[in-house]
Amino acid sequence: MANEEQATQGGASQPGAPAQTEEQTAKKERPRKVKGAEWIEGYHGVGVFLEQHNGRIAPVAWELCGVGRRLADKIQGKLYGIICGHNIDDLAQEAIYRGCDEVYVIDSPQLASYRNWAYTEAILPVIDKIKVTIFLLGATSTGRDLAGTVATRLSTGLTADCTQLDVDPETGLLDAIRPAFLEKQLAVILCKKHRPQMATVRPGVMEPAARDTSRQGRIIKETFALGDDDIPMKVLAVHDEGVGSVDLTQADVIVAGGRGLGEPRNFDLVRELADTMGAVIGASRPVVDAGWIGHEHQVGQTGITVRPKVYVAVGISGAIQHLVGMQNSDVIIAINRDPAAPIFAAADFGIVGDLFTILPLLTQALREKLGDRAGGSSSGNDQGQQPVTGGVALG
Amino acid sequence: MADKFDCIVVGAGPAGCAAAITMARAGLNVVIVERGDYPGAKNVMGGIMYRQPTEEIVPNFSADAPVERGIVKQGLWMLAEDSAVTFMYQGGSWSKPPYNAYSVLRAKFDPWFAQQAEEAGAFLITETTVTDLIWEGGRVVGVQTSRDQGDLYADVVILAEGVNNLITQKNRLGEDLKMNEAALAVKEVIALRKGVIEDRFNLEDGEGVAYEALGAATRGMFGMGWLYTNKDSVSIGVGIAVSHLVQSGLNPNEVLESFKSHPAVKPLLEGGETKEYSAKLIPEGGIKSMPQVYTDGLLIVGDAARLVNAVHREGSNLALMSGKMAAETVIEAKELDDFSARVLKGYHDRLKASFILQDLAKYENFTDFFEQNTQFFTLYPELLNRAAEEFGIVDGTPKKEKQAKILQMIREKRPFWRILSDMVRLSRALGVP
Amino acid sequence: MHAVVCIKQVPDTSELRINPETGTLVRSGVASIINPHDVHALECALQFKDDHGGSVTVISMGPPSFIQSLRKALSLGADRAILLSDRSMAAADTFATSRVLARAIERINEEIEPVDVVVCGKQTIDGDTAQVGPGVAARLHWPVLTSVIAIQKADFDQKEIIVERKMERQRQVVWSRLPALLTVEKELNTPRYASLPSLMAAAKAEITIWNREDLGLAREEVGLLGSPTIVAKSFVPPVQSRQGRIIDGRTNPEQAVRELVDLLMEEPKFVEAVMAKGKGEG
Repeated sequence: MANEEQATQGGASQPGAPAQTEEQTAKKERPRKVKGAEWIEGYHGVGVFLEQHNGRIAPVAWELCGVGRRLADKIQGKLYGIICGHNIDDLAQEAIYRGCDEVYVIDSPQLASYRNWAYTEAILPVIDKIKVTIFLLGATSTGRDLAGTVATRLSTGLTADCTQLDVDPETGLLDAIRPAFLEKQLAVILCKKHRPQMATVRPGVMEPAARDTSRQGRIIKETFALGDDDIPMKVLAVHDEGVGSVDLTQADVIVAGGRGLGEPRNFDLVRELADTMGAVIGASRPVVDAGWIGHEHQVGQTGITVRPKVYVAVGISGAIQHLVGMQNSDVIIAINRDPAAPIFAAADFGIVGDLFTILPLLTQALREKLGDRAGGSSSGNDQGQQPVTGGVALG
Repeated sequence: MADKFDCIVVGAGPAGCAAAITMARAGLNVVIVERGDYPGAKNVMGGIMYRQPTEEIVPNFSADAPVERGIVKQGLWMLAEDSAVTFMYQGGSWSKPPYNAYSVLRAKFDPWFAQQAEEAGAFLITETTVTDLIWEGGRVVGVQTSRDQGDLYADVVILAEGVNNLITQKNRLGEDLKMNEAALAVKEVIALRKGVIEDRFNLEDGEGVAYEALGAATRGMFGMGWLYTNKDSVSIGVGIAVSHLVQSGLNPNEVLESFKSHPAVKPLLEGGETKEYSAKLIPEGGIKSMPQVYTDGLLIVGDAARLVNAVHREGSNLALMSGKMAAETVIEAKELDDFSARVLKGYHDRLKASFILQDLAKYENFTDFFEQNTQFFTLYPELLNRAAEEFGIVDGTPKKEKQAKILQMIREKRPFWRILSDMVRLSRALGVP
Repeated sequence: MHAVVCIKQVPDTSELRINPETGTLVRSGVASIINPHDVHALECALQFKDDHGGSVTVISMGPPSFIQSLRKALSLGADRAILLSDRSMAAADTFATSRVLARAIERINEEIEPVDVVVCGKQTIDGDTAQVGPGVAARLHWPVLTSVIAIQKADFDQKEIIVERKMERQRQVVWSRLPALLTVEKELNTPRYASLPSLMAAAKAEITIWNREDLGLAREEVGLLGSPTIVAKSFVPPVQSRQGRIIDGRTNPEQAVRELVDLLMEEPKFVEAVMAKGKGEG
């Protein structure tokens, strides 16, 4: 399905051009009018599932409101939010502030903790009611779990993990764009004849909706008919994962290491820099696959998309798969020995050179600057880890 | 499933599969045990395969095998730091199919080759490592494998385990490679669009070129660089004598990087993307480093038997042919129902009578010579380049003067009598009488 | 105990993957493997069999080449393998796929042996959707438990199971009635290796093939025709290039680092993110 000619046309790769909005990019890449596509009568507007746990809304929910509002406006329709849970009334008002015209609240003790059976039965009647042409959920564990059963029950199409969305105002046809081929390409998926067109949206990619406390909307309370005995699954306990768990999507600063590090223990160099910068450690896929570091650190390629303020790429060549995962960072700094590495074209700052020399120097230099700021004295520390420029494993 | 096989082949590389194909076609009950996920998973090769020897095993090779390009041109680069003198053969009988040689990618070729063995009736098991031989009364009667209940029995075992011949060593049939008996090869496969390859290398569709490089390619160490064109990629690598590599303290990847950035090479790789990187040892000790290749119930073939002709970049054809010879010997032994060393010696006899041991004997002193005479990788390519450079400069200097200048430059670097001595000793090392 | 495992054969295209054993970087777009998550799903079912007796049936929707993976599953200890194959089933999206798999499970349930549990891998490396498992469960009207990382208790007589599910920031302990469908994460278990005898036996085993008619499905219900979604096109995403200040630090790294740090101190976003919060000396 790869259409290589088209791929080289639309891109905004002129040097100095500002980063395109996702809408601009999606527009340029959209195919010309899709044959046979036409508005499917009876379905209007956009619906979004607003995920919450323990009364706290998941960040992706507001991202869905952001993109949902944009799509709804384009097809001149309403934005409907659906929230399930228990004791969640205050969340509904917030959803209005974030752009929803109508918010359906399904509040029941049976919905206190997420379980597929109950949530599926809860939102199906509401979706039937609102008859939207597009329905979105976050591509979180919960969202993907729920979307799979809901879409099948509705006998409609579902596209997973979208990073871009656009809609044709005349036909209401949704361009659901998601990474494909191990994130080297993007695929445009269409659901031509079935409604609602469903998609799960990758968290951390879309801009969250701004808050507008002057917005007005309707809150509708829905009842949930099932009792506990009607539901063949129960949540017995929920254990929170401790603070120690890595969350790249919320990090302000990330220092990521790649193959150029040569050996797993050289991640210590990355660690030192990260500690100094107050950063979270990231990694490219190859080193995660090689077992040098855990999957929770993987950026890009079925790992995570991040948009930190500062991203430092160490020994990472900058293959598309990785870039797609981090190119929305505010400031990108690259260190690599290969002057032709693609990462440099995507970076704001960089040094071409031997990272084993440069990293410790950079760590030290930043430490000094930070020490200066703190007004503390700079004590002479050790130079950091002796790097290992290893040989090659003999196969 | 049979309790006992006629033959167990350890390793599904070219040597092992060649043996298995030959035996299976003769109706023997053969099992191949491969440790990789699939045949070829653990193999690294330049790589070039030669049609004639391969077609002796699989006549449909050029028609059916997943080869990359037919080699119509062969180039030799003598590289100095920033320049190259290139020799190139093309045309003649090489210019049309069937070609003399083909570039191959092992991950594609080996599975096909192993499939030929399966189609001939051999049984292939993968992801299974042979951990040792099973001996009974002084003869090999089977193998132990890494799997549960993993003992296999057969009348004879053919060891085609490759360069890391651990089983051979474990059973004291051969020794580990010494530093001066091996080269370390590191290689990359770099993707280039198909049309680009035709344009850049001046080839028609399906045609390919093989370059070998001496001198700066290996930063003056004993060894060689190479570049082969595949369908939509190039294989580029360097092989360096381990002893020299260790002495130099250089990382082989650095050497490969500098080869890739050589002005003669860099433009050829423009716009390419590294798809694969691999490293492997190549046995280069020649005939002196060979293990015992036969004993009661056992034969050793291919790289495991150190059957590699480093001078001519030939390893795959020796592997194939030795596999075939081992198979023929086993077929004989089966007819006689005698798998003792007395009968299996026939394999060694076949090797001796063929080009395999004849070539290896010819180049017996090759490795030692080049280990000690690195001027062939440093000085001579340099001199050749400077001479060619000077020769081609047209600047009003009278030719006689130019000639004197070049000769003077050479003499300064190396007296003529030493050059003569080098050439004489070189020809001896190459077995020229 | 009768468990059904759904597997898919996928190309082994983990790009630029480093093999930790040999230190080689491998991209073999040639070999086919069982989707890694599915191997763990199979191991889960085999452990149910080890603990409770019974049998494991493996199914896969795909072309005849998928027989290779079914044999591998048999070699690991599965008792039955069924390939669901038909030209018309090609180019199916997750909706059409789940329909075929669910129908096969229904048939197995009726004609071979009642099914207690269906185990699937969470997602495939080539599709990555994680949608087929929930889809199959929805069609069977069975509870679905995705992202299972531990089985706390499985009682096939009482028909109940307790599992741990992985979510972003939590682990859920969930009880479910059986039959149910589980999708599993890799951390659930460590797959076993086949013994040599079962490897050899699997090579000669019979693999049943069911086509569309065997499943009683119409053309419009499977494959491309049965898919509500379609891939309109794929394209290489345009890389946003920036005009960065790239310093050559090969000859004088100290100087280069000094230059870089000076530049960074002038960059407000950097200062805000790092200098305000980073750790200094002392």
